Amino acid sequence: MQTISKDTIYKILEQVKDPEIPVLTIIDMGIIRDIKLSENEVEVVITPTYSGCPAMNMIEVEIKSALQANGFQNPKVTTVISPAWTTEWLSENGRKKLKEYGIAPPVEPSKDKNALFQDEKKVQCPQCDSFDTHLVSQFGSTPCKSLYKCNSCLEPFDYFKCH
Amino acid sequence: MKNSLLNYTIHLADNAHILGHRLGEWCGHGPILEQDIAMTNISLDLIGQARSLYQYAAEIEGRGRTEDDIAYLRDAWDFRNVLLVEQPNGDFGKTMVRQFLFDAYNFLFYKELKNSNDQQLAAIAEKSLKEVTYHQRFSSEWVIRLGDGTEVSHEKVQNALNDLWMYTGELFVMNDFEKDMTNNGTGVDLEKLKPLWQEKVDYILKTATLAKPQNDWMQSGGKTGRHSEHLGFILAEMQFMQKTYPGQVW
Repeated sequence: MQTISKDTIYKILEQVKDPEIPVLTIIDMGIIRDIKLSENEVEVVITPTYSGCPAMNMIEVEIKSALQANGFQNPKVTTVISPAWTTEWLSENGRKKLKEYGIAPPVEPSKDKNALFQDEKKVQCPQCDSFDTHLVSQFGSTPCKSLYKCNSCLEPFDYFKCH
Repeated sequence: MKNSLLNYTIHLADNAHILGHRLGEWCGHGPILEQDIAMTNISLDLIGQARSLYQYAAEIEGRGRTEDDIAYLRDAWDFRNVLLVEQPNGDFGKTMVRQFLFDAYNFLFYKELKNSNDQQLAAIAEKSLKEVTYHQRFSSEWVIRLGDGTEVSHEKVQNALNDLWMYTGELFVMNDFEKDMTNNGTGVDLEKLKPLWQEKVDYILKTATLAKPQNDWMQSGGKTGRHSEHLGFILAEMQFMQKTYPGQVW
C-alpha cells in the first residue's frame, strides 16, 4: 500500500456535504479537527456544531462511506467536543458559498464595524446586500441559523448565527 | 467518589433531558411558528447536551449500559432532575417563566463547570454554555415582554411565577453527591451561584414589572429521586417505545 497523506484524506472528505446545508462541505464547516493515520487505519476526528445537531450521525456515516469507496477498509470516526466548535472555523470559501445559497454568513463581533454595541449586529441581506435588516427569531430552520427579514427588499432569509 | 461522579453526571443529564422533553411537547403547538421553532430548537440543544452527559455516565459506570438504557430504562425514583424542569408547560407564559428561572441558573452553572477538574464535564460545559447563552436571552426577553405587556399577559406570567417559585430553592440545595463533587474540585459550589442568580432574576423581574414572590417555603426532593406526580406521566410517554418493544431501534 502506498503511503497515504493527510491531503489525500482531505480531498476525499471534500466530497462530503453537510446534509442540511448541501452547498457546504464538512471541510468548509470546519468540523474536521484531526486526521490520524497509522499502518492500515484512518481515523477522522470531528466536532459537532451544536450538541443536538441531528446531522452529525449522518455526517459520520457519509465520512465512512466516502472513505470506504476510496479503498479504506475500516475507517474510524471519533467525536470530540472540546475545544467547542465556533463559526470562526467556517472557511472563507464556505462563507462565500453560504451567501450565494441565500444564507447570510455569520458576522463575528471583530468584523462587525457597523455595530455600536456587541449585541447589535448588522447582518447583510444575501439577496440585495442591504444592511437594513431585522431579526425575526433567534431560532431558525436548523440549530445553527436564525431568521431575519430584509427591510429593503422585504425578503426573509436565514442567518448562520455566530457561535 | 466514582458513585458521586456518576450521580452528578446523571443529575445534569436528567435536568437537560426532562426540560428538553417538556419543550418538545410544544412541537406543533406553539403560539406562532417562530416560537414553536424556537422552543423545539432549545429542546434539541438540551437533548443533545443530555446525550453527551448520558454517554459519559455510561462510561463512568462501566457496566455495559448505554446512553439509551440510562435515559429510557430507569423509573421515576432513579431520576435526579430538579422538580422545576418537570413542572407542566401550562401556557406559553408559564413555559417561558420556567425556562427563564432554569436558564438563569443553568448559564451560571455551566460557566463555573467549565473550570471543572473533570475534563469531560468541563468540555460538555464549554459546549453547552454557548447554547444556554441563547436560551437565556430568549426566555429573559419573553418574560420581560409578557410581564411588561398587556394586563392579561402580565397576570398570566405573574401567576406562573407565583406557582413555580417554590421549586427554585432546590436549585441551590447541595446533596451528598454535589458536596462530594464540590469538595474535590469537580462540581460547582451552588452557594456561590445563589446571589448571582438572585441578582439576575431580580433585574429581569423588575424590568418585566413583575413582583418577586414573597413565599420562602421551598419544595425539594428531585435530586434524591422524590419527584412530583408529573414525572411519572412524562416517563410514561417518553419511555413507552423502549418499555413496550425493548431494544427497538430506528
